[in-house]
Amino acid sequence: MMDDARRARQGRLRWHCRRALLELDIVFQRFWERQEARQAEGLHDGLDEETEAALERLLELQDHDLWEMVSGRTTTNDPQLEGLIENLRRQ
Amino acid sequence: MNYTVRKFDAVIVGAGGAGLRAAIQLSEAGLKTAVITKVFPTRSHTVAAQGGVAASLGNSEEDHWHWHMYDTVKGSDWLGDQDAIEYMCRKANEVVIELEHYGMPFDRLDNGRIYQRPFGGHMSNFGEKPVRRSCAAADRTGHAMLHAMYQRNVKVNTQFFVEWQALDLVRDADGDVLGVTAMEMETGEIVVFEAKATIFASGGAGRIYYSSTNAFINTGDGLGMAARAGIPLEDMEFWQFHPTGVAGAGVLITEGVRGEGGILRNSAGERFMERYAPNAKDLASRDVVSRAMTTEINEGRGCGPNKDFVLLDITHLPPETIMKRLPGIHEIALQFAGVDCLKESIPVVPTAHYQMGGIPTNFLGQVVVPKNGNHAEPVPGFYAAGECACASVHGANRLGTNSLLDLLVFGKSAGETAVADLKRSAAAHKPLPKEAIDRTLARLDRLNRQTEGSNVDETRLAMQRNMQKNCGVFRFKDLLKQGVERILEIEERVAHTEIRDKSRVFNTARIEALELDNQIEVAKATMISAAARLESRGAHVRDDAPDTPERPNGRDDANWLKHTLWFREGNRLDYKPVHMKPLTVDTIELKKRAY
Repeated sequence: MMDDARRARQGRLRWHCRRALLELDIVFQRFWERQEARQAEGLHDGLDEETEAALERLLELQDHDLWEMVSGRTTTNDPQLEGLIENLRRQ
Repeated sequence: MNYTVRKFDAVIVGAGGAGLRAAIQLSEAGLKTAVITKVFPTRSHTVAAQGGVAASLGNSEEDHWHWHMYDTVKGSDWLGDQDAIEYMCRKANEVVIELEHYGMPFDRLDNGRIYQRPFGGHMSNFGEKPVRRSCAAADRTGHAMLHAMYQRNVKVNTQFFVEWQALDLVRDADGDVLGVTAMEMETGEIVVFEAKATIFASGGAGRIYYSSTNAFINTGDGLGMAARAGIPLEDMEFWQFHPTGVAGAGVLITEGVRGEGGILRNSAGERFMERYAPNAKDLASRDVVSRAMTTEINEGRGCGPNKDFVLLDITHLPPETIMKRLPGIHEIALQFAGVDCLKESIPVVPTAHYQMGGIPTNFLGQVVVPKNGNHAEPVPGFYAAGECACASVHGANRLGTNSLLDLLVFGKSAGETAVADLKRSAAAHKPLPKEAIDRTLARLDRLNRQTEGSNVDETRLAMQRNMQKNCGVFRFKDLLKQGVERILEIEERVAHTEIRDKSRVFNTARIEALELDNQIEVAKATMISAAARLESRGAHVRDDAPDTPERPNGRDDANWLKHTLWFREGNRLDYKPVHMKPLTVDTIELKKRAY
């Protein structure tokens, strides 16, 4: 089970996924739905700390830059962000 | 439930373009100013605005504010208030140059002046030919604007309360506005922001529709708060739709796709626009294309298992043209429609884009309501600007690039008026009415205690589907009637929403339930106002008010040249006259809106 501190951290991350652009809202909505589905199947207990940290960093980006990355028009050299972007691109 | 009180000279709800512009005015005047915002300011939906901001600078060719005014009145289908429109168009150059001084990186001509490009509906010499009037910063105008204004606010010491949800307006027995109640997301703490001036700049409510180009944050919070406090909402039946949003997602497919040769097809593969607009075909104006698409769907020629969308076909274009001239479209189609648009057509539907109506204001940014025989009496202490407000400059239909102008001009005027009002009345804060704060606490308490209630996601979806089906781009008497009945049923469900997670810290379920309380007010206002307006005008087009020689475009000036006011209490409607008299020039006389 998640403790209160982790639940709060994930709540904050979820809220930070509310963006200025609809494209990103939808991409992140699908991402969280996939997480919930995996959690429901007992495959994991919420995001692991590495993914959480990568997501936190990704969400610091400006919306247009983030969308260009998610839509494959720009790339990142950061392997952790790369993995997360791959995950976000899944439909 | 406990709460604390924090005192300010002014509190602004919303940190998009209008809120940031108003805040600059107040903070520069030395007033203690708080800005409450759900998201970090530079993540407000103003970021999505790409087209530019209109101003008759005349940097590339001759232009004049009076021509801009004419275009705006005509675009509004004569429902816009001509005093407010004159004010906005005359102020445009000033606010754009100010923005430049704040550091806005406008595109430039070789001579260093701001580059200007043409945009739909903007013409020279009273409708003669297109004019270059839009000032842009590449395709990131809104984003650049927010950054420039946010930096300016930091410099002048505006206090930002980021990730706070505004809850209710605080109004006393005299009707004066004394601030707002709000909740900090991180702690769940309730705070009364007490202020001598309260400015709403909370944006539009496009998320009341199932298919919307708006980001998820656009839930009409300020409109819901105003309505609950007894303030009417003006002209809410007028919503601008974009013809090509990806079906099921709403993400915009730019008009450029049809410009490059994209073709709309129905379930038989027919290029149906040939029947509706034999000359312009797929390049006809937004409203013509949207209505044609809706007619195809309504008459059973839609595509897919539910026959509820049409197809945008670009498979005949060379792949290199698509990838070069339409960057991003391939990825949008793949991500949001699951199709490879080089090989398959993209499912599209008309999609809600911009709200022309809102909280009634005058051109000074004061919120105005009918009182003692005056149809526009200012509410002491209350101001509004941007998409949440209705000045009314867009009337029944907005021109592109006038929305960024609206938020600069009226953000500034709301700020200026508040500064002047505060200087005039040196009075201390009025006593806070306990009942107003208790109403917020009771609303939160109800949500915490609710059992056997309705699911927030399901209820929101029911509302959005009802709005899309019964109050979309093309309106029908029977559907509107059904829509009114249905939205009142859904309102009952909204009153009994239940959340399972009762935690205080970053509880997104609670925030979404509170947002739905606001959305339902906007949805009711829209549906009820639309059902009552028996003409076609601008973006409000009824099947039973067609184009006839007596009533061109279905517009009925004899009976309907007036603004709608919807009041939450009893779902009452009232009307007020359109201001046909500008500030200094002659009235732009009524005529048929044709391009």
